[in-house]
Amino acid sequence: MDLTTLLIQCLNSVQYGLLLFLVASGLTLIFGIMGVINLAHGSFYMIGAYLAFSLSTLLGSLPLALLVGVVLAVAFGYLLEWVFFSYLYEREHLQQVLMTYGLILVFEELRSLLVGDEVHGVAIPELLAGSIAIGNGMTYPVYRLFVSGVCLALALGMYLLISKTRLGMMVRAGATHREMVQSLGINITLLYRVVFAVGVALAVFAGMIAAPMSSVYPGMGGQVLIVCFVVVVIGGIGSVKGALVAALLIGFVDTFGKVLWQEGAGALVYVLMAGILLWRPAGLFKAG
Amino acid sequence: MRIRPSLLACTLLGSALLAAAAAPASAQDKIKVGLMLPYTGTYAALGNAIENGFRQYIDEQGGRLAGKAVEFVKVDDESDPAKASDNASKLVKRDNVDVMIGTVHSGVAMAMAKVAKDNNTLLIVPNAGADAITGPLCAPNIFRSSFSNWQPGFAMGKVAADRKIKTAVTLTWKYAAGDESVRGFKEGFEAGGGKVVKELNLPFPNVEFQALLTEVAALKPDAVYVFFAGGGAVKFAKDWAAAGLGSSIRLIGAGFLTDGTLEAQGAAAQGLLTTLHYADDLTHPKDKAFRLQYAKTYKLQPDVYAVQGYDAAQMLAAGVQAVKGDMKQRDALVKAIERAKIDSPRGAFTLSRAHNPVQDIYLREVSGKVNRNVAIAAKGLADPARGCKL
Repeated sequence: MDLTTLLIQCLNSVQYGLLLFLVASGLTLIFGIMGVINLAHGSFYMIGAYLAFSLSTLLGSLPLALLVGVVLAVAFGYLLEWVFFSYLYEREHLQQVLMTYGLILVFEELRSLLVGDEVHGVAIPELLAGSIAIGNGMTYPVYRLFVSGVCLALALGMYLLISKTRLGMMVRAGATHREMVQSLGINITLLYRVVFAVGVALAVFAGMIAAPMSSVYPGMGGQVLIVCFVVVVIGGIGSVKGALVAALLIGFVDTFGKVLWQEGAGALVYVLMAGILLWRPAGLFKAG
Repeated sequence: MRIRPSLLACTLLGSALLAAAAAPASAQDKIKVGLMLPYTGTYAALGNAIENGFRQYIDEQGGRLAGKAVEFVKVDDESDPAKASDNASKLVKRDNVDVMIGTVHSGVAMAMAKVAKDNNTLLIVPNAGADAITGPLCAPNIFRSSFSNWQPGFAMGKVAADRKIKTAVTLTWKYAAGDESVRGFKEGFEAGGGKVVKELNLPFPNVEFQALLTEVAALKPDAVYVFFAGGGAVKFAKDWAAAGLGSSIRLIGAGFLTDGTLEAQGAAAQGLLTTLHYADDLTHPKDKAFRLQYAKTYKLQPDVYAVQGYDAAQMLAAGVQAVKGDMKQRDALVKAIERAKIDSPRGAFTLSRAHNPVQDIYLREVSGKVNRNVAIAAKGLADPARGCKL
């Protein structure tokens, strides 16, 4: 492997890792702060991809579709928390798993009824459609660089929001000392609802922005969900920083695994998870 | 922890059908067809197309074969080999089907073939190309209406060598279908003087191709031969186009790369060369009639999967009619299918001694939303049926 190839493979790893982070960050937020195991998180990613397909066809432009999609996603998350998830906080994990698994089935059937079972593609906006030369006859698609940039910006934004703002302080406090926060006169119910809506919006946004690269197909949420749980478990439940590190780690292991050891590539990520759990049972960065 | 959304729906449907089967009407005046196809997951659209094609032929016969009503039992196989034996056994033992039709995924179809062999149930495979089904696993009661993975691969290898392509890299999912398709390609290509310089693969149904595309770019072969289908095929074609490799490296593949996927692939698929036993602009009168009727019934353009479903029904009909609907006369039924000349939309075909179609493989080029027939890549190509003792 020469230097250019190595560099591009690193770029591939980072890009895949960042996208994973975007989906998984919402999961870790909801899991860590509200204590709910949300199996339906993959469905939000799937819904995002289908939204990107439907809205960009309807509105004729992907950026516009992204904007409308995020607004819809926040409203959807807010409503979902109100109607379903707000009843789950005090329940056992098993009941949470059952209900969110039920939601997966409901979302998949609805998708099948509303949009059908065909595979769809979403066009990349004209402006971002090309690829740039990296030297040695190698090129890299502009859209993938753009997606990485967006993911990085969002990661930074989330870091600032959680560690530097008043809202972030309330969220962090709410995760560990629910009653204390409540007795200080903060409306924790509303706070949770907002966090949940943001978590859903992150997954939906990830699905939308990934749609032009990943194409849109039934069952796509299931594949993503599993890797996302691996990210959350490796990174430490509830830690956004951990999710970022874990997602990048998985990006590198998956990419280089595929190139260097094809036969075992499918298992490498899970071996990594097992190894890290043996070393640090709570994940790399335990929140709180 | 795979997610199976319509499990519930299928269970409900299954129990409803079970209740229906218990109704007084005698089972003797019905032919019970067990459809075991993927209705969810990456191959969902393919499963639906196969069922549509199958039902179209039955409907053309007025819903009856040799005077007997055709009744369907449906199972979603989820393209999950781990559940395949259970699903197939249920069709055979619980639902007592006369014939199983399935499926798309080769691993699942192999499990079905084993169940069919153990229980001596008639099986017609409407897609899965696993060479073994009409190779080591071949049996008098197992038929295939589609192709063997070897067939399109071998034909493309021949075409590539004829077109003076010197070196090629192969890229596929690491499972039976991909491996066999690549083996067929290598056989045809290297016999014609070409050289496969590297075989790349990734686990099924992983669609993160980027790392391997970079690897291909570094290897700089004349061509890349791929085997992907369904959602993976769409994503691969788009990733390929985005990576900008098309100007220096020729992308070729088994026809599934561009079948039933062109709408979603759009500009990314234009000009791709693939080989398959079907093309979208064939001139046989049978094909014209088939496509017209399909478009009218389902408001969709048919694809190769629909053709394979349709032909599976034709093969069943050939057997059932020969024994006047008496499914107990298995030997006569099998003989009739073996001898039948199937008037397929792809062009008439017969069956090899191992029960795989002996058929023309077309070289097609994507042009707009159709796979245009460029030439016949291999005429009357029969699978070598290695390991079959029929």
